Amino acid sequence: MRYHPHTPEEIREMLEKIGVSRIEALFAPIPERCRLDRPLAVPEALDERSLMEHLEELAAKQPKVPPFLGGGAYPHHVPPAVDQLLLRSELYTAYTPYQPEVSQGTLQITFEFQTYVTLLTGLELANASMYDGATAAAEAALMAVRLSRGRCTKVVVSRALHPEYRDVLQTYLAVGFEVVEVGFGPDGRTDLEALRGAVDEKTAAVLVGYPNFFGVIEDLRALAQVAHDKGALLVSCTTEALALGLLQGPGALGADIAVGEMQSFGNGLNFGGPGLGFFATREAYLRQLPGRICGATVDRSGRRGFVLTLSTREQHIRRERATSNICTNHGLNAAAATIHLSLLGREGLHALALVNYRRARYARERLAEAGCKPLFSGPVFNEFVVRAPKDAPERIRKAGLAGGLQLECYYPELPDGLLLCVTELHDRKRIDALVQALA
Amino acid sequence: MAQTVPQDLKYTKDHEWVRREGDELVIGITFFAQEQLGDVVYVELPEVGAEVQAGQPFGVVESTKAVSELFAPASGKVVARNDELVDAPEKVNQDPYGVAWMIRIAPSNLAELDALLDAAAYQKYVEEQQ
Amino acid sequence: MSQEFFPNTSPGTRGLVYREPLIFERSVPGRSGASLPSAGVPETDPADEIPAELLRGPIEHFPSNSENEVVRHYVRLSQTNHSIDTGFYPLGSCTMKYNPKVNEWAARLPGFANAHPYLPPEQLQGVLELMWNLQNLLSEIGGFAATSLQPAAGAHGELAGLMIIRAYHLDRHGTPRKKVLIPDSAHGTNPASAALLGYQAVELPSNEKGMLEPEVVARAMDEDVAALMVTNPNTLGIFETHIKEIAEIVHAKGGLVYGDGANMNAILGVARPGDLGIDVMHYNLHKTFSTPHGGGGPGAGPVSVAAALEPYLPRPVVVKEGDAFRLDFDRPKSIGKLRTFWGNFGMMVRAYTYILELGREGLRRTAELAVLNAQYLRKLLEADWHVAYENPSLHEVIFTDRNLKETGVTTMDVAKALIDHGFHPPTVYFPLVVSGALMIEPTETESKETLEAFAAAMKAIYERAKTDPEGLKRAPEKPVVERLDEARAARKPVLRWTPDFEIPF
Repeated sequence: MRYHPHTPEEIREMLEKIGVSRIEALFAPIPERCRLDRPLAVPEALDERSLMEHLEELAAKQPKVPPFLGGGAYPHHVPPAVDQLLLRSELYTAYTPYQPEVSQGTLQITFEFQTYVTLLTGLELANASMYDGATAAAEAALMAVRLSRGRCTKVVVSRALHPEYRDVLQTYLAVGFEVVEVGFGPDGRTDLEALRGAVDEKTAAVLVGYPNFFGVIEDLRALAQVAHDKGALLVSCTTEALALGLLQGPGALGADIAVGEMQSFGNGLNFGGPGLGFFATREAYLRQLPGRICGATVDRSGRRGFVLTLSTREQHIRRERATSNICTNHGLNAAAATIHLSLLGREGLHALALVNYRRARYARERLAEAGCKPLFSGPVFNEFVVRAPKDAPERIRKAGLAGGLQLECYYPELPDGLLLCVTELHDRKRIDALVQALA
Repeated sequence: MAQTVPQDLKYTKDHEWVRREGDELVIGITFFAQEQLGDVVYVELPEVGAEVQAGQPFGVVESTKAVSELFAPASGKVVARNDELVDAPEKVNQDPYGVAWMIRIAPSNLAELDALLDAAAYQKYVEEQQ
Repeated sequence: MSQEFFPNTSPGTRGLVYREPLIFERSVPGRSGASLPSAGVPETDPADEIPAELLRGPIEHFPSNSENEVVRHYVRLSQTNHSIDTGFYPLGSCTMKYNPKVNEWAARLPGFANAHPYLPPEQLQGVLELMWNLQNLLSEIGGFAATSLQPAAGAHGELAGLMIIRAYHLDRHGTPRKKVLIPDSAHGTNPASAALLGYQAVELPSNEKGMLEPEVVARAMDEDVAALMVTNPNTLGIFETHIKEIAEIVHAKGGLVYGDGANMNAILGVARPGDLGIDVMHYNLHKTFSTPHGGGGPGAGPVSVAAALEPYLPRPVVVKEGDAFRLDFDRPKSIGKLRTFWGNFGMMVRAYTYILELGREGLRRTAELAVLNAQYLRKLLEADWHVAYENPSLHEVIFTDRNLKETGVTTMDVAKALIDHGFHPPTVYFPLVVSGALMIEPTETESKETLEAFAAAMKAIYERAKTDPEGLKRAPEKPVVERLDEARAARKPVLRWTPDFEIPF
């Protein structure tokens, strides 16, 4: 086995030093009755070339074209510079930076990541990342409940928020909390009147998408007003972080917590995971912030360095009183996003967001001309819902394309809704082909 | 150890001290407590006007490596709290019996003090702990 | 074995180590590292449709750098990290083994990396087959009936496992029950997860051998107990020899046994938790199955269950019908969804690649050599260092700083001194039941001479502690920074760069 350096001679020497004659004797602490009495039913070892062929075969079964699909995972260009840097052994084979003196690289990148999250969201405080957007949303709801110090047991969620985010919220809040859903209007935005009726003094937080699952950009300011009137926090959930390159940061519009998914920056689709959850909030909530946090400090000589800090909030010290059971972040995904954002830079981020917006708008306008009218009237970024024939996915596939998500299984009330996403990977030729397939 | 366990105070087994000043009680944590905690980085104290109960938690003190609840040596109403510790928690390490007092209460039952340890008993208790 | 083979580290472990500013401090307005396509469509104005107050232009304080400058920045930063590819990482309980390169190649195959989670199943047969195969392999390796690959990390898998237990009790007994029993040597996530689900965590003491005794469990066990959480081998590296009896005691009162799979590396192919009475267990793909730790994630924490618990697994699960694979959402008793989509697929590809490369014999060999390395290192160190538990451990061993009491040198000083010898420190001050713990897990991928070099470094530190304790307290002196002021970081948190950021570098 090429990953096992031991020669038979070395094994013999080591056993001798330990004082046993056979390697099996090392398992003496395991009683006979606890041992497995047969070999595992696992295939024989594969050599590298055969292994690669098997994997290539499995990989070849997925389509090569970029799908017209978002819904929480977005096809974007990942520059080779990002991936080559991620393949630096020092980054991807490092452990969590608990020993800061030998982890400054990871820590400084984390610090840069936190800074990017605050700039994108317009809030003052961000953690070192979370599993994905949905778990970040659930953690935001739990944090809002903690901040209410037992006053609140209820969370109000917009039905236009990503269905999986709502689903995960239900799972996390199943014990002791009430999750109330409010509907959306013909513009695809959260129904403000319904929201006003649902939010009360027991409400810890209101969760909405920005943009929401239909790609529609919510009026955060109005939503914040409704939440704040009753002392609830507004949590904005952004599944497509690239939208924040064009849209105002949620913090500037009244959101108290901004969470979401940042896979769009530097991370591939990877069949939906690992994602990259981000979590930002106001300075005043520092002590209730979940997850790892990196901070700047000085060393013995007074020189700059970075450490994981405020760890007393976390499970390894607080145990049952921790702010969350989470003990990891998605460090390498955060590094990918940080590197990609650094490459894009100030102008590049905005320009990339504009390309997405313009191509999506072009697609919307052509589709509308071809009979696939938008289902909602609210403004959108790079994702939108159209009325489409039932066989739309099949037509798209037959045209050698991929994507389009039928909404019926999530929203029975929208039987002909088709969610489409257009990014910089979809040029005019591809968009025209999509329009033709659906015409 | 003598200077680290002042004679004129009463102590709890959770390492809080209490000093009687007129009709009021001043409360803090002991030299031994801050030494065990290490660098104190954060102190959370109750609002003025809050009620505290003897033996019950009234606040939290955090160091870089541990977090610990503060237990009230006696019951009563909080009449003052040391807000300086919020900005300068290191004072708990520097002067636990002086500038780093934590809260001042109006006691509801002074007899509770009788159940606390005196300096000699507390010193013995700490030595046993070590 | 010759020490010359392991040259001492020079100040900094490479040719040159750079102090690198933040990317925000490097910025030169006007530069860019982006390569953007032109829109290729009409250059429409978002303000036509989107209210002006919701729009913004380029974000103030975002940096501007060319690609080559960005690359140099992150390469320099990477060089200040220790990593498994640069050196030994004896972190107990973390299983820092070699991360095979073919795994990285596999995860980057475009058919995997570009697969969208919402494509229809007919366009996803390859990725679904891989997940189905991995589910089955993990079930077989752990001795369980079914596996969900959804949880994103070990703690997440543990939460899933407890949710499954809760759902089972609610379904079978009409009550979730109230308590969860947790040994005092357990990982801190155990009580945190229990508390999140409204369970009262009851701590069970381990005996002087670091083991859980059946009588202790029997005394604590009643019909309010939902589950016992165990790690086996436990966090002390010790196999719980009474596990079968303990499981019977728990089962007799209708409780379930939760297994933390953190230490599976020690028993691969030797024993299977499912055969020992454990009902639910999570794996850590980033520990046992070689997926990289990534400087703090992503991990993956699949959860396996006995047959009776299969209906409660997170939804969806991958099923095979004829020759076709699909995601099955129709699972009415499921605990629900724990995250977006289907799991950390990128980690699944790596773990699957690893298992197929090792095969049945390679897996067992892994456990054998992991234990061999740990026991060999224990032998090399135990002359100087106090072993926390005398009875034999398996894949890891815990020493303490007790023999250095007189010198004033602590576990933390030993950890920092190891850095100057070119080694990452072991896990320190964990588990909490051991005072001054130094928890060492070498894993199977380290060579004999690496273990010997590490032992030599430990010996040198031990001797220096006796003669020059003050010197030791200055360590580490070779990395790019010295010991950092963690108290300052926590007292006056600086958690992002702002234009007035002024800590000198």
